[in-house]
Amino acid sequence: MIEVIIYLSSGLFLGWSLGANDAANIFGTAVGSKMVKFSTAALIMTIFVILGSVVSGAGASHTLGALGQVGTLPAAFVVAFAAAVAVSWMTKLSLPVSTSHSIVGGIIGWNLYSGYATDLSVLREIVGAWIFSPVLSAFFAVVLYFAFRKWLNNARVHLLQLDFYTRWGLLIVGAFGAYSLGANNIANVMGVFTGIMEIPAYNLSIFSFSGAQQLFLLGGIAISVGVVTYSKRVMLTVGSNIMDISPIGAFIVVLASSTTLFVFASAGLKDFLIMLGLPSFPLVPVSSSQAVVGAVLGLGLAKGGRNINFKLLGKIGVGWILTPITAAVISFILLFFMQNVFIRSVV
Amino acid sequence: MPHILFGRSKELEIEITEYLDLVNQGALTFKRDLKRYVQKDFELFEESLTDIKKIENNADEHQKDIKYKLYKYMLIPESRADVLNIIEEIDTITDLAKEVIYEISIEKPVIPAGLESDFLELVENSAEAVDMLVKCVRAFFEEISQVNDYVNKVHFYEHQADKNEERLKRKIFSDQCEEIEIAYKLQLRYFIEEIAALSDQAEMVSEDVSVAAVKRRI
Repeated sequence: MIEVIIYLSSGLFLGWSLGANDAANIFGTAVGSKMVKFSTAALIMTIFVILGSVVSGAGASHTLGALGQVGTLPAAFVVAFAAAVAVSWMTKLSLPVSTSHSIVGGIIGWNLYSGYATDLSVLREIVGAWIFSPVLSAFFAVVLYFAFRKWLNNARVHLLQLDFYTRWGLLIVGAFGAYSLGANNIANVMGVFTGIMEIPAYNLSIFSFSGAQQLFLLGGIAISVGVVTYSKRVMLTVGSNIMDISPIGAFIVVLASSTTLFVFASAGLKDFLIMLGLPSFPLVPVSSSQAVVGAVLGLGLAKGGRNINFKLLGKIGVGWILTPITAAVISFILLFFMQNVFIRSVV
Repeated sequence: MPHILFGRSKELEIEITEYLDLVNQGALTFKRDLKRYVQKDFELFEESLTDIKKIENNADEHQKDIKYKLYKYMLIPESRADVLNIIEEIDTITDLAKEVIYEISIEKPVIPAGLESDFLELVENSAEAVDMLVKCVRAFFEEISQVNDYVNKVHFYEHQADKNEERLKRKIFSDQCEEIEIAYKLQLRYFIEEIAALSDQAEMVSEDVSVAAVKRRI
């Protein structure tokens, strides 16, 4: 039992750092500009991250399993640990980093070490989703911007009422954002463990929690601990950095990026689109930070801005390439140590 | 819970509307009183002297209440600061109007013959600038796209008042009024500047409203 907890700890640490960093993508502007109290934001985040993880976390997790089914618990520990190390290291170097990119690198590292061929079609699907997600997020932001502008011009809402709506709107999209973050990114935290650990389903009178869902619950709690213990300072930095975004702008950015995360996580939406004969989105963990950057760029474009920050775009590209490679290398080296120094089977 | 909070924002909305009504009434009363004085209807002028004081007191009460409610109820912090600033600055106008009327009642300056229409024009333009400012602030709350139109109108009337002010001063200090003692001339200059100050203050507030409106864009 203790060994299992130790093995899970790397995933939980990854969850903690996800909560500490990514909560700011959802509530950063609202808390940083004092529109929403941190305690309120943390409470909403906690509830909805856990809900999203448990209810909708399976889809993106399944895709990670298809990329490479890490075979043993020590190996899963190493993969998640390598991802966590890569995230911490690159954060320290001030490079934009995402647990989604990192965990994929970790899994590929395991594939390389164990000699399993990486399913290239799945990898293509994942990388495609990474590239497409900021673009989609920008698109959503543009559409929302024009829709809201039209509504504001026609509806003649009193400024005080508008502030009232905006504040509640930020709370509601914050809840949606937290749900989507949990649904999409819980795969990074617990995805490598779900295929290995045999946990019996837990039956409550109406609900039944599968083994994977119990792991997702644990991961969701780890994310929440990250939110409560560490995200405040990140939020205050984000809030003061992007103050030139108006409150309604912040609402649009959060809604656009959360919708992006949601479409890459919701199996229900995927089935619905397939039923309608429309192209569906693969269920892939994507980066919430990049979705936010995409939305901010989209908003800037819609407002007629011509100054696209190419440096920022370049950094996103670096994130796609450098993070997985770093994680893969770390994963490969640590697997070697786990196998040969700690004498634990990793294949 | 939302409807309770929503009710509160409605309460504040009504309070602000009433406050702006009072600022408007202040400007109208200011115009009426000065007209009576310039036309030498001194009896009526003194009779209605307390009107402007009542309006000013009432506006002060509203202003205090609005400040309190702005802090107590839901409002986005940044827009709270903007609204507070506008409300405080606009209050200066009503104070100024009351001050001018009361000082005229105390000092009883003599308006030189032949300058009445110039005085009335100055009063008219200054009061009109305030009227446009009130419309501008209402637009800021209710229809933000109209703010700039009103800001331009405030500028226009302020500019007219400036011209009136200069013309009057030139006439007073010219040969046309050589029989008037310098002390009286200086007293007149003081009142001309005070009357024109209303439009200056209106212009300053309209600038603040214009900036606050830009910040409100998505």
